[in-house]
Parts: sequence; structure tokens; C-alpha cells
Amino acid sequence: MLLQLNNVEVRYGPIRALRDVSLAVDQGEIVALLGANGAGKSTTLRTISGLVRPVSGTVFFDGKPIQRVPSHDVVALGIGHVPEGRRIFPMMTVLENLEMGAYLHRGNFSENLTRVFSLFPVLAERRKQDGGTLSGGEQQMLAIARSLMSSPRLLLFDEPSMGLAPMFVKTIFQIIREIRDEGTTILLVEQNASQALHLADRAYVLENGSIVMADRADVLLQDPRVRAAYLGEGAA
Amino acid sequence: MSALASTTVSLFRSARQSAHARRLVACLLGLIVLAVMTGPSGSNTAPVSGFTGSLFHPRVLVFIAIGLGLWGLITAQHRWGEALKRTNDNLMTLPRRMMPDRRVRLVLYAALLAVAILVPLHVNAFWQDVLVDQIGIYVLLAIGLNVVVGYAGLLDLGYIAFYAIGAYSTAFWTGALPVHPPMVLNAFWAIPFAIGTAMLSGVLIGAPTLRLRGDYLAIVTLGFGEIIQIVATNLQGVTGGSQGVIGIPHPDVNLLGIHYSWLIDPLPYYYLLLVFVVAALIAYSFLEHSRVGRAWTAIREDEVAAQSAGINVLKYKIMAFAIGASTSGFAGMLEASKISFIEPGDFTVQLSILILVLVIFGGMGSLLGAVVGAAFLQWFPWYLKEHPMFGFQDQDLYIYLGAILVLTMIFRPEGLIPSRRRKREFGLAEHGLGTADAMSGTTDPVP
Repeated sequence: MLLQLNNVEVRYGPIRALRDVSLAVDQGEIVALLGANGAGKSTTLRTISGLVRPVSGTVFFDGKPIQRVPSHDVVALGIGHVPEGRRIFPMMTVLENLEMGAYLHRGNFSENLTRVFSLFPVLAERRKQDGGTLSGGEQQMLAIARSLMSSPRLLLFDEPSMGLAPMFVKTIFQIIREIRDEGTTILLVEQNASQALHLADRAYVLENGSIVMADRADVLLQDPRVRAAYLGEGAA
Repeated sequence: MSALASTTVSLFRSARQSAHARRLVACLLGLIVLAVMTGPSGSNTAPVSGFTGSLFHPRVLVFIAIGLGLWGLITAQHRWGEALKRTNDNLMTLPRRMMPDRRVRLVLYAALLAVAILVPLHVNAFWQDVLVDQIGIYVLLAIGLNVVVGYAGLLDLGYIAFYAIGAYSTAFWTGALPVHPPMVLNAFWAIPFAIGTAMLSGVLIGAPTLRLRGDYLAIVTLGFGEIIQIVATNLQGVTGGSQGVIGIPHPDVNLLGIHYSWLIDPLPYYYLLLVFVVAALIAYSFLEHSRVGRAWTAIREDEVAAQSAGINVLKYKIMAFAIGASTSGFAGMLEASKISFIEPGDFTVQLSILILVLVIFGGMGSLLGAVVGAAFLQWFPWYLKEHPMFGFQDQDLYIYLGAILVLTMIFRPEGLIPSRRRKREFGLAEHGLGTADAMSGTTDPVP
């Protein structure tokens, strides 16, 4: 297992955001994390990337416990995070954004640059343009490309399709698949359950901070409860 | 009189319909209020004399003229906004475009330095004092605050606290305080202690508070500035209390066969200050273009994104805070040992705000802007003092400064000499993309 969470509990003051969450992601997998707003999906990602400290439980990455490692060191370990809402640097050019993504690579990052430009040709065209002037879909591409610059082994996606035109959502999901095919493991948080389940190998369903279902994606796609709650079908 | 009244009435009437007329009324009223506020004061026997004395004095005409001019400027900006803006930009970036070449720029900096070295030799003693106490010190303070506010985007409203800490630690190490140091140093050797103490307190204050963002940090630093001043006033046994500290010795150096004593002549202080200003400029400009500077830019633009790029956000924020604090601490040391006397009243919150104003006026994030902005805004009131215009009075200084600031914010919000990046940030912010200033930075809660 590349990533493993064991009985993780996270609190925001008196609120228990995650209770007894255990999940695992294997090398080369795409794993989706589904759930309603406030179910704890983003909190799970934030716990993995060190932005939030669990009160109990452990997070193992590549066999090492990382639940006490500060977030900037988590990046250095090989976990990239594409934050919710894209969060590109609006006043830096596309190229400068990518350079910031490679901040931890003190030396040469031209190889990574070639790689992300071949994944996202549109970014190569706009390398001199300010990030803030890109369209929403292009900004999402930039956010993904930036996180790839640190050569992560595991990439965490937080709502990559949020606020994007349907056409772009397709492109983004296609790109996520390509990134996995190039060898990066992916943990994906997504509102768009149908798309996510079609993309993922396995999925977990979170409700009120607890994992209530875990199975192969194609199995969950057929599950009446999932279909009712997340795929917008009437009560089954 | 009735003619005046009927004109006023018709102006107000047309103001209902036309935005132009409304602006005209606003400009004129504003300037007339300014005229009354800066005019003579009333007295017990003639309470309205202040009012009539300013309204019916030829001086009011000057204010009306300024109001009309302001109205003209605003109207012109509305009508030919884009063209004016372009001209304005062209004018302001002229120096930058004229010296894209590194060598040309170096020559210009050398020329500026030569002016800075030679000017004080040709002015009288009064101006030499102003050059140190009012201009030099504030230029240094602005350069330091520019690192905090302009580079890292941290809104520090208690910057003067570190100036106070530098001054009081100089007083401590030279034995001028009621409490005595382990060994009494002369003020020159107190420099590293003043800088070190200020830097340490910057780290101590920064470590817990810099986890906060935007507005929260501003409030905490504002409180810290107040606390330092109150502690200096009330901790009598240690700081000498509200009476202040007298007899802080002048610096004196005896090193490698060089022996020099600073006395009351302002010039030697000026040159000591100049050395530190130039050193700070070189060091900070180097930092700006290093990895550290890039991390600061990232933090300023989006803290969450900076964090997910693997930047140790807290470390770089504390670093910026500590650099600013130590700069302020040195300024405090120099001023304390030059004047020989400090009191808690020297370290008011207004001064923190003033230095912030200098930085914003000059152009946040721009070293040249901080220097020129601070030098100009600190020189201007003293110039007015020597060459009184329109019945200028000292106590009205902040009214004029306020007016200058309002004008700057309307016509040149990015400051006098903005850094190239900051300029872009303001350009984008105008189109509703992103935020351009430390104040509105990312204030969303962490979870």
C-alpha cells in the first residue's frame, strides 16, 4: 500500500470532522472519495497533506508514518495536492507558476516542464500570460501542472471539476487518467460522483465523517444506495 | 452675497441631475472644509472667529482653486481616463524604460548615492538635522517595513514597537536605564544588541501570530505596538517610565587603530545611517530576487497554494518579520544615541501608520519607491515649514498628508514607483482578478 489511513480522527474544536477513518490506496490506483458537502472529503485530503493534524490514528505513506510531518515536508516526500478552487498564483505568469511548483527541486526542472507542456499544450502557448487571465479550465490545468512539477508519487485532487464547463470536465478527467498511466497514484475527491466512478478503480463513500461504503467503482456504480444518494436517481 | 447664495442653490439643483456637478460640489465643499479646519482657531471671546476668519480671508480662494483643479482632474480622468492613464504610466515608467541596461542603472544608482553623500554638505545645520531625524531614519524604516508589507504581504501595524525595542535596548546596554546591564557598552557596540534584540522580539511575536492571516495579523500587531508603548510608560523601575530616559551616550568607535566619536553634529550620524541604508538596499534587493523572495511572492499571492507547493510558509513569514524588525531596531538605536533621550511618547501608533503610509505612497514592494516615497513625504512638511504657503501651520500636517494620500490612491493606487510585479497585481485587481494588497489577502479560515 502506498497510502494507508488507520482509524484517523480529526476535530475542529468540538466538531468531529473525521471519525475512525481507515482507507488505503495502492500504487498505480485511482481511488475516489465521494460524499455530500461537509462529509469530510476535503478534511481527509488535508490530513494526508499535513494541513490538519489528526487527534488520533495514523497516516502511512510508503510505510512511514506522516501524520506529524509538516505540510511542506509532505510535499518533499512525494505527495502533491491540487487544492480546491484551483488556487493558482494569479499575478505570476504560467511559467512562474510552474517554477513555484518545482520550488523544492533546487536544480534542473526542465524535464518536468517538458512533461507538463506535452500534457497541457495550451499552457505552453500561454507560458508568458498571467495566471489570473486564464479561463477557469485553463487555470485548473495550470493547478494540476504545477502540482506535477514536484514529481509526486501520489497526487491528491480536491474537486477538480468544480465550476468548470462540461467540456472541460471531460478533458480534466482524461488528463487525470493520463497522469495515472504515467505512473502517479491518484486520490480524488469529487462531487460529480458519476464521472468519478467511471474514472476510478475503487471508491470510498463518506458520510458525517465516517466511511460508510468501500468497494470497486463498478460495483458502487450499480449499488442502489449510491445511485439514490449520489447519482441523482429517485429512491430505489 | 445673494449672488453667491443663488449660485450655490443652482449648483445644488444641477447636482441632482449631473454627476459632474455633483463632483464639483463635493470637491468645493471638501476643500472649503479643509480651509476652515486648517485656518485660524476661534477663541473664548469670539467663538466663530475661526470660522469667519477662514471663510472670509483671501486664503480661501486658494482652496477653492485647488478644489476646482481637483474637479478638473477627476473629470478629465472620467472623460479621457484610458489615455491619461497611459500617459501617466509612460511618464512613471520612463526611468525604468530608459535604463533597461544594467550598467546604465548602476551609473544612475551611483549618481543618486553621490547626491546623497554631497547634499548634506551644502545645507545648513537645521536641514542636516532634518536629514537625519526626519528623512534618513524614516527612509530606513520604510525600507524595512517594505520587506514585511511589500514582499511578504503581511500587514504590520505595530512596526514602531521594534524601533522602540531598538532604542530601549540601546539605553539598556549603555547603562542609561534604571536597570543595569552586565557590562556597560558604548552606543556603537550596542548596535548588534539593538538589532539582535529587535530581531529576537520579531521572531517571538511572529511565531505565534504569523499563523494568522490578513486582518487578524493587523489587529495583533496593532495591539503589540500599543503594549510596547504602555509597558515603556508603566514599567518605571525598568524603563524610566513616562519621563523617559536621559543621557544615552553617543556612539564611539575604537577599532583597528581607527578612533572616532560621534557628538552632536548630525553629519556623522547621517553617514552612519547612509552606510546602513545602502547595505540594507543591497541586501534586500538581493533577497527579493532569490528563492526567499520568490517564496514571499507566492505567500503574498496565495498562502494555501504556496503551502501546497512545498513552501514552509511560517518560516518565510517569520523571516520577513524578523528582517523588518531588525531594520527598525537599528533605526531606534541610532535615533536614541543621537538625541540621547527617549520617552514612550516617541513610539506612538501614529508613527507605525505613518511608516505604512510612506511605503504605500512610494509603492509597495519597491525599494526605490520606499526610499523616494519616504524621502519626499518626510521632506515636504519641512519644506512647507520653511516656505510657508497658504498660511501653512504645523498642526495641520496630517491633513495635508491625508490629502496627498487620497490623491495618490485615486490617481496612482500602486504608488509612486511601483515594483513591476505589484503594478501587474494592481492592473489585474482593477479587472476583478485577484487581490492586490496585503490587507485583503487570503482571510478565509483554514479548514
